[in-house]
Amino acid sequence: MSRLPVRKTYKLFVGGAFPRSESGRTYEAEGQNVARASRKDVRDAVRAARGAFPKWASMTAYNRGQVLYRLAEMMEARHAELADLCSGASEVEQAIDRVVWYAGWADKLAQVLGSSNPVAGPYFNFTVPEPTGVVGVLCPEEPALLGLVTRLLPPLVGGNAVVAVASEARPLAAVELAEALATSDVPGGVVNILTGLKRELAPVLAAHMDVNALDLAGADGDVAELERAAAANVKRVVHGAADGQSPWEVLSFLELKTVWHPIGV
Amino acid sequence: MAQAPVLPRGFELPLEPRLPRIGSVDQVAVEERAATLGKRSIKREAKLWALDLAIRTIDLTTLEGSDTPGKVAALCSKAVRPDPVDPSIPSVAAVCVYPNLVPVAVERLRGGAVKVASVATAFPSGQAPLDVKLAEVRDVVEAGADEVDMVIDRGAFLSGRYAKVYDEIVRVKEASGSAHLKVILETGELGTYDNVRRASLLAMAAGADFVKTSTGKLPSAATLPVALVMLEAIRDVYEETGRMVGMKPAGGIRNAKQAVQHLVLVHETLGPDWLTPDLYRLGASSLLNDVLLQIRKERTGAYQSPDYFTID
Repeated sequence: MSRLPVRKTYKLFVGGAFPRSESGRTYEAEGQNVARASRKDVRDAVRAARGAFPKWASMTAYNRGQVLYRLAEMMEARHAELADLCSGASEVEQAIDRVVWYAGWADKLAQVLGSSNPVAGPYFNFTVPEPTGVVGVLCPEEPALLGLVTRLLPPLVGGNAVVAVASEARPLAAVELAEALATSDVPGGVVNILTGLKRELAPVLAAHMDVNALDLAGADGDVAELERAAAANVKRVVHGAADGQSPWEVLSFLELKTVWHPIGV
Repeated sequence: MAQAPVLPRGFELPLEPRLPRIGSVDQVAVEERAATLGKRSIKREAKLWALDLAIRTIDLTTLEGSDTPGKVAALCSKAVRPDPVDPSIPSVAAVCVYPNLVPVAVERLRGGAVKVASVATAFPSGQAPLDVKLAEVRDVVEAGADEVDMVIDRGAFLSGRYAKVYDEIVRVKEASGSAHLKVILETGELGTYDNVRRASLLAMAAGADFVKTSTGKLPSAATLPVALVMLEAIRDVYEETGRMVGMKPAGGIRNAKQAVQHLVLVHETLGPDWLTPDLYRLGASSLLNDVLLQIRKERTGAYQSPDYFTID
């Protein structure tokens, strides 16, 4: 007897759950109906990110690295599915390697990006990096998986919470990655992935007063307008490269805090 | 026993023998109706109107053991001018503080439209001798409070000593003189909707100007169904006697959406006549910031962050 096929509904990833868009809308991409997020989904995702941020930011850096390493493990387990949804096995392997690479950076960022500063006076003066807060990411259109991982990991490893808008034309890899994230010990809400039309979601994300940084890697259309909207609360605006891998990518989403501490008191 | 104000047939006192006649509450129906009304979609201009009304009806409250004159002073400033950068935002209706802090609030709000309310009668438990309660009420009125929020003696109510509850309200009403009297039923401790209805009618019979849901000290406070039961009791009294009693849900109303749901409930149950600070109040502390945030969101079109509103 033939089985009834169990079809998959491609949904959003918000607060560790997989809701449909509150608007109920979908759009067609890669031959599938994919959830088409609305401005209210952006609002919910930012709220979830804001709620999850303090816990993720206050985890020890070592622990964050462990959690991200587990994300690589979960991606490895989904190797075949991910390969079907992007350009193939080599892209998946690159993406997994990149997650592992950034996971290793988690507890080394403070040493490399921070500093102990020589000052003229009886003070210890040191600079430590701290996460910026909630980061909005417009993911590159291509490569579908590697582009997402490349832009997602730098804010994540630094302790930020992320609201990512997936590639509009190739969103399925992002939905698959969300499933790896959901089983990876990354706390719910730390990563939120929206699928939908960028021209609809980008302005809302750029103008949202509770978003602290914005990565315009995958922005199309009127980028200047997005930058203007982002200026309302002085967001950090980053034009990320679709294929960068460097600790300086992480620095874009960190605040450097300098402390003066009197010596001998 | 003091003379009761005029009440619908069947509501005359003493209440005990007539309790079956005030009717019972259909729990399923009241919860269903409250849930349905809570789903009304209030958008754009209507939402702005509702949010403006919500601010005008707020009793901005601080009832903490850690309250200081400084905190109350800050609260008063916020009550008069809720959003420092936006003069179009109206003042709230009143501030609500503990008796010891009434003089601070009166001093700060002198000459303005914002009223001073004070809890009294051994708030929040109400478990104190009547003399003590009356002395407290006289003290706060003397100190200049415009409104007194009293608690009923739930211990007496739940053990069936309705006359004691009634007498206390009447005596407190006398002691509070020209000050408005709000009677807190603390519905979270009354157990059933029937009891909420009974207590509401009892309080109105004894002369309450307002009935108020809760002290805010219990986890279960101003839920929509409880508010609906109280509003229907107010409506029954109005329809029989023409007397308009006010309503004040308090406790647990933390965001603008909940506040609008409560306003919808009032509009649908009592009509627009009650949508005024003279007959309706929202007891809240953190609600005000969320309402300000929602107003700015409606006006600017951008979602807002609590980072840009005062911490209180």
